[in-house]
Parts: sequence; C-alpha cells; structure tokens
Amino acid sequence: MKKLTSLLLVGLLAVSMVFAGCGGKKSGAIKVGVVNNPPSESGYREANVKDMEKVFSAENGYELKTAYSLKNDEQLQAAQGFITEGVDYLLISAAETTGWDEVLKKAKEAGIKVYLFDRMIDVDESLYEAAVVSDMAKEGETAVNWLLSQNLDTYNVIHIQGAMGSDAQIGRTGALDAQFASGKMNKVVQQTATWDEAEAKKIVESVINSGEDFNVIYAENDGMAKGAVAALDENGITHGVDGKVIVMGFDCNKWALRELLAGKWNYDGQCSPFQAQIISDLIQGKSTNSSKKIINEEKGFDAKTLTQGDIDTYGLGE
Amino acid sequence: MKKTGKRFFGGGLGQLTIPLIAIALLVIFNLFRDPSFFSIDLSHNSDGNIVLAGNLISIINGASELAILAMGMTLVTAACGGQDISVGAAAAIAGSVFVKVLKTAGHINGGTVLLAFVCACIVAMLFGTFNGVLVAVFKIQPMIATLILYTCGRSIAYWINGGATPTVSSPIISAIGSFIPGIPIPTPVLIVVLMAILFKLLFHFTSLELFTQSVGINGSAARLNGINATFIKLLSFIILGVCVCVAGSIGVSRLGLINHETLLLDIEMDTILAVAIGGNSLGGGRFKISGSIIGAYVIQMLTITLYAMKVSSTDVKAYKAIVIVLLVVIGSPVVKEKFSKLVGPNMYRHKKAVVKGGEE
Repeated sequence: MKKLTSLLLVGLLAVSMVFAGCGGKKSGAIKVGVVNNPPSESGYREANVKDMEKVFSAENGYELKTAYSLKNDEQLQAAQGFITEGVDYLLISAAETTGWDEVLKKAKEAGIKVYLFDRMIDVDESLYEAAVVSDMAKEGETAVNWLLSQNLDTYNVIHIQGAMGSDAQIGRTGALDAQFASGKMNKVVQQTATWDEAEAKKIVESVINSGEDFNVIYAENDGMAKGAVAALDENGITHGVDGKVIVMGFDCNKWALRELLAGKWNYDGQCSPFQAQIISDLIQGKSTNSSKKIINEEKGFDAKTLTQGDIDTYGLGE
Repeated sequence: MKKTGKRFFGGGLGQLTIPLIAIALLVIFNLFRDPSFFSIDLSHNSDGNIVLAGNLISIINGASELAILAMGMTLVTAACGGQDISVGAAAAIAGSVFVKVLKTAGHINGGTVLLAFVCACIVAMLFGTFNGVLVAVFKIQPMIATLILYTCGRSIAYWINGGATPTVSSPIISAIGSFIPGIPIPTPVLIVVLMAILFKLLFHFTSLELFTQSVGINGSAARLNGINATFIKLLSFIILGVCVCVAGSIGVSRLGLINHETLLLDIEMDTILAVAIGGNSLGGGRFKISGSIIGAYVIQMLTITLYAMKVSSTDVKAYKAIVIVLLVVIGSPVVKEKFSKLVGPNMYRHKKAVVKGGEE
C-alpha cells in the first residue's frame, strides 16, 4: 500500500512537472540561465550582473534565472540544475577554467545552447556557441599606445601591478614590459600591490623617499591609482593634465572618471562588463559571429577628451 | 601608581629587550645600507601645508592602524589567553558604516564626521560584544569564536555599501587621514599618541590592568577574589572594538575610499605578531602595551626597509617571515634560559632576582 502511494505521488509529481514545463514554454519567453560570480566580487561584477538583469528582462522577452558563486563546484551544480530545469540558453562566467566538460556535454545533449562571457573555459570549441570576452592584453596595448602618443622626452614609470597571475594583471603588464625591454621606457619600480590601495600608496611613498625621479604612474586598477595619488598629494608632487606626473588607471569606475574630468588623472582604460547585449543579439539572430571568440570592444579615456556623457554611459558604480 | 607607569613605558626592560634590540638592529642595518634612509625633509603637500616627509615618517605613519589594533589585542590576549582574528574584517565593517553614514548624511562637516565615527564605534563595539560573549560566556576558544566574524565580516561590509568602492572626499576626511593644516605631523600618528594616553589614563584611574592580568593568569583564582572574570573578558573585547573602529576610520580617511575586500587586509596576523614581538605571553597574563606598540613599529620598519631595497612585494612576506621566526625564537623561554646559562651563573642569578623584584 505504501509503495503504491509513493508511486502515485511520484507519478503526480512527474505529471505536474510536465505541465509546469509546458506552461513555461507556452508563455513564449526565452529561458536563460546565467551562472555568474556574485556581485559582491567587485564593482565590475556588480555592473555585469545589473547589465544582465537589464538586457534579459521580461520586457525583452526573456525569463531569467541566475546563480551566483565564487566556487567552481557550486557553479557546476547550478549549471546542472539549469539543464535539468530545461532552460533554452546557458550563460556562464566560470570561477575556474577547468572541470566543465561533463556539464557542457550534457547541455549539448539536451539541446541547450551555451554562451561564455567574461571568462574563457578550457573545453572544446564545439561545446559552446560563442565566448564574449575582454582582451586584457589589448587593454594594456591601448593604454601603452596612448602613453607613447604623449611624446614625453623620457618615460620614468612606476608600475603598480594587480594580484600576480590574474588575467587582468598579465594582460595589462605585458604591453608595458615590452616597452621596458625595448628601452623606450625606464622602469623606476615594478611592484604588485595585489589590488590593495594602501599598498600602492606605500610603494609610491618608498620611491618618493628614495629621491628617484619619475613622471608616469601606471596602476593596473583605479583603486591603486588612487592610493598612488594620495602619496603624491602628501608630498606636494603635481599630477594630472597640467602636472608633473601622468596618472593612469583601469576599470573606469565613475569616481575615477570624475578624477579624469577634473584633470587630476590622465588616462583610464575600460574593462567592459557589458556583454549581455551582444549575447542577446546573437540569440535573437540580429547578428552572427564569424569566430567563436568575440572580443568586447573597449575604450581608453583621455582626460582631455572625456565628457560627462562618457561617465554616465561607461562608468561603473555610483 | 608609579608602578603602573613603569609597567606601561617599560621601567623593567626585561620584556622589552627583544623588540628594542630588533629596532636597534634594523636601524644599524639601514645606517650601513644607506644613511639617507633616515633623512627627514620638510616639504609642501598639494594643499600648500608644510609637512614632514621621509622613510621614518612613512614608518611611523604607516604603522598607525597596526599600533592601535595591537593595543586592543594586547588586552584581549592578556585576559583571554587567545587572539581575535576578526579585527581586519571588523575594521572593514566599521569603515563601511563610517562611509555609509557620511553618504546618507549627504554633506560632510565636523558634525556628520563625528556622528559617522560614533555610529561606526557602536557597531564595532557590538561586534566586539558578540565575540566577547562567545569567548567569555560560552567559553569558546577565542580563535574559533572570532573565526565566525573573520569569515563573514567582509560580506557584511559589502551589504552595508553594496559592491562598488564608494568614495568620500572632504577636507575634514583628508585632515584625519593625512595632515591637519598647520601641523606637520601626520594625523594618524597623533591619533596613536592619543590612544596610548587614553589607555594609560584607563590603567591609571581603574584597576583594569591588575584585574586583566589576574584573570589571564588564573580565572578561577581571580573569581574567588571577587573579580568578575566574564565581565573583564567581555570588556577587553569591547575595548578592542573601539580600537577596531579607530583603525578602520583612519584606513578609510587615508584614501577617502572604502574597499571592503582590501581595507586592512591580513592585518589580524600582523597584529598578533606585534603582540608577540612585544614580549607578551600569548597564553594570557602579564602584558605590556608599550611592547606591542614597539612590535608594530618593528613590523612596519621591516616592510619599509624591504621596499626601500626594492625587494619585490611578493617576496616581502617571505623575508618578513625569516626575520620574524628569528625574533620569536630568540624571545622564546628556552633560548632565553640557555643564553642566561651561557653568560654565566652569576648573571643568571642576578637576572632572576630582578625578575622577582619586578613581580612583587
């Protein structure tokens, strides 16, 4: 009797699920499952998550499901869950590059199309439709080319790096390292502050105390650039558009762009968190991709040409 | 009362020998390496004020947060025989509250800054109480009890301001974080002095120092003598909460920015280290706050020296570790005893007598 009841219950459950599934399909909304890092990770991620929610909204004909985790295994479970639920598209920004083969194969079997955004995964290209990513090396090149276009007599650079080994650090360091190697620019100091503002300040302070001359600060994110500028201010060294030292940052936080607008910094490189529209266009067939890897267009802002409009459009945070 | 003063500023050198030797060694090393390391200049900052600058100023200024936290940590260590590893995370929370209040108030003036500081202080003291209750009432190992806040603290800090790194800019904030116009000494240094004086006054006018020591040495004996051990332990955590708030507010004011992920990151370990280098027993009991303050400056001097030598900052931690292992081993009772025997039995007996005298 007990067995019969449980069988009946399971049957009921299955039937109700089928109906639920049908109900979802009938509404006509495109079901999108997003596996991402949590918005608390950074200002970048916060903007990224907001952008996803804005583009994949009900008004645009989507039904959005999200899962956030910094841990790869939790992300894998969430992706598994989305596949079981039966989403139409799976969007992934993976915590780690490995371990995704099985899940992506299952997605393919279930006919779910996979898009990667922000971060690449080590799997065969056939397992996903497209990957919309930033090219960190290009960000570095854009910034260094801008610096070269300033035509300084000498380049004495303080280079403050992000957490060693991170994508952003490797990409943004590469282009500058090439200049150091060619002798076009002089390396005054090259230190990692692991994205820590206070550490960046200490690094610049130690250079000032040593009495060495420098005229460029190349910080691999905005926070560290702010730390560096604090050290300059305390020692009365001028910086920015009319100053002695050129200040460069990355990420385009709104507060950082405002520093540019005020002429206190010179350059800020963008790392665009806005991939959602590109993916949405691909899903709806408004655009097609010739290659699986799509590089997200990114800008670099010069304090002399920056406008308030740019800050409103491209700035992160408040 | 005279005795209290002696204890605080190191009348009996015993406990302070190691940290003072460490400082002396660092000074000598730097003198040989590059005498200009110690040069202090008067320069103008961008606001046009005359300010002091140089490595020495960087060291004393940069160690401020660490020194303030070390004062509170010494008290917790002495009373509970364990350490609070959540100070960095709690400082991130306090800093976030500080910024949140300023943002909510809209405009920044003396009143709102004071309000923000008081709010941050209350929150930090509440979290201190939380830790304190776990340790003092529920008798949980301090490191385990504070592990909770250590783990979740920075997430809580994130909830307060939500993600991005909010900035606050105002002449008052930069006066707290760098220089008050007209005073060439960095404000954080002045705050350290103020905190040290407050601690001294606290010990001068109350029996807190004695009570803390007796609770740390033997809790049940202290209780039998009518000291409320639970309250003393709780109080030490609340006082540490105040230190956390001051350190967090300085950290935020330095840059006018709160980054909940990096504000005073890993400072808990340096703080415990400062207490240890200061010659305080990590198992509770006897303590000297002056030792911990010197310990904080030893750590900062080491870091700045390595930076001045252009050691890569990824390697700095490894070099720091080597020096610290040496310091801690030299300061250990085993080595001390061996050393005394080596110097000679007379000297040993003499030392013992001094120690006895100090304890009376």
